[in-house]
Formats: sequence, C-alpha cells, structure tokens
Amino acid sequence: MKRDITERLLAARKAGRPVALVTDLGTGLQTLVYEDAIHGGFGLEDDLLEEVRERLRQDRSGLVSDLEEDEDGVQLFVQTHNPPLRLLVVGAVHIAQALAPLAALTGYAVTVIDPRGSFATESRFPGVSLHDSWPDEALSALTIDNRTAVVTLTHDPKLDDPALLVALRSPAFYVGSLGSKRTHAKRLERLKEQGVTDAELARIHAPVGLDIGAVTPAEIALSVMAQITAVRRKAGAA
Amino acid sequence: MKDDILEQAAGWRAEGRKVALATVVATWGSSPRPVGSQMAVDDAGSMIGSVSGGCIEGAVVHEARKTMEDGEPRMISFGVSNEMAWEVGLACGGRVQVYVEAVE
Repeated sequence: MKRDITERLLAARKAGRPVALVTDLGTGLQTLVYEDAIHGGFGLEDDLLEEVRERLRQDRSGLVSDLEEDEDGVQLFVQTHNPPLRLLVVGAVHIAQALAPLAALTGYAVTVIDPRGSFATESRFPGVSLHDSWPDEALSALTIDNRTAVVTLTHDPKLDDPALLVALRSPAFYVGSLGSKRTHAKRLERLKEQGVTDAELARIHAPVGLDIGAVTPAEIALSVMAQITAVRRKAGAA
Repeated sequence: MKDDILEQAAGWRAEGRKVALATVVATWGSSPRPVGSQMAVDDAGSMIGSVSGGCIEGAVVHEARKTMEDGEPRMISFGVSNEMAWEVGLACGGRVQVYVEAVE
C-alpha cells in the first residue's frame, strides 16, 4: 500500500467519509473509491465503479472481476471502510453503563442521551459521548441513518416516548425499548394516540433483548447487544 | 477493531519499521474470519488483528516477512486442499485466500 493511499484512507476514516480501497490483485496497484470521487493508481469502467460503490453502500468487502478488460479478467479486491455503526442509548441508567462498553467492544460508536443532569456524567460513562438535551432533539441532531441502532432505557414515557417518535420514523436498523409486556402495551397505546402507525409500532423490539433470562444490568445489556447483532447479521431475526 | 489495525500499521511505519498487511480476500466453507479481516505485522514480529482463529497466523507472518524484504505482494491460500494443510490448514475444513502487501 503506497503512502499516499494509506494517508488518504486514514484521513477519510477519521472524517467519517465512506471509502472503498480497490486492489488489483495482479499488479498490486490500488485506487480509492469514494461516494463521489475516485483517486489512485487506476481508473474503473462505469459499471465496475457502480459495483464498487454498491459494495460500499452495503458494507460488503469482496472480489470483483473486470471481465471486459481482457479474457482472463482482472481480479480486484474491494475493501469497504464505512464509519462505525452507531448505538444511541436514551437513558443514562445502570443498564446503559453496562451496554456502552459492551457496544463499544462490538464495534459501535456509542452516544448516551439523558437530560437529567446527575445521570449522564463523565464519571458514570468514562469516554462515552454524552448528550444532555431532550431525547427527541438529541436524536434529530444526531441524524439517524441505516447504520444506527436506538435503544430507550428510561422507563419514563416523558423521555422514552419522544425518542421513539423520532426513531420509528427514521431509517434506524434497530429500535428497542426497555419495559415489561404491560409497560410496553401501555406505551403502544400512547404512541398510537400520537398517530404512530401499526407498521411503525411493529418495529419496536420490546421487551428489549433476546430472551436469555437476563437479570442483572450486565446480563440485560448482553441480551440487548445480542439482539442488535442478530438483527444486523441475520435477516428476519428476533 | 479494523480501525486499529490500519492505524497501528501506519504508526509502525512512521516509526521506521517495515510493515506488511494481510487481508482475507476470499473464503469457502466454514472459515473462521470473514472477507475483509486484516492483520498487520512488523519486522520485529509484532502483530495486530487476525485472519483466522489462530490457525494460519504463523504462516502468514512467515510470508509477511518475505513481503517486507522484497516489497512484492503475495497471495496465499490455506485450507483442506493445500498441501500444507496438516501443518497450517484450517481445522474447521474451510478455505481462505489471504493477500499480503507491504505498507510503504
């Protein structure tokens, strides 16, 4: 990997800019493909470029072949580099203290949101990005995309409901909400009154987490992380 | 984790060490690490990341040293069909193809 490529690749990742590194496995030459630009040792035909960008969007590294180039075909390897997945946690509660490091270990950039001053503190969440604005404002400001998971943990309708109103109308790949079946039934009624459709309500994973009989905050955090993983990796799961 | 590997590789390089980067480019069957998994190695034998469950890392380091010496990229295959299978093959019966390149 040439120095110029390494530096540009690291810079793009630092900036949170999606980029694919394309390597010609025959020559070792490399080219960076961004969503709107390309830079490096060789150019790409339009259809091949589109294939690389599609892989970038799907975050799917792998081999592609340029069969038109010559009879044997040039083998290219595409390595996708997307910004980390994000987990937005509403409620700087005890479970969140376990969930934040677990999610970070799993590769997520974690943000904890709680407007209650004594909850979202640096000492309770060392190294975690904290937001002390109201959940719906915070979630809107953080621009939820399809690589974002949202979990509400406060139990408090004043905090959870506004967050869910934003999350359910976003492209988030996972929305989970803590609370018993009874709590959740009441929550569904309230959200319905606010005009949330049945299809939107069906997106909520509740009671949150895989059913592993979790009891402690750490175990509940584990069940939540397992469920998020299942939803991301196994189509149609949990 | 992927982030750390490239940054670590660049960091080692900045310290003047020779560095090779290994990437899983294809897998067949039940290989332990998916396509895109990476590991970086320096000339002092430090390594970060993985390209299998520990089955082939030793052999990859061996190839990485050659790449650090001559600067040439290498493609190596591991698996049941490989004649080195007994020593470095994947116990799970999968096959992986690993691309090794120098970090300049």
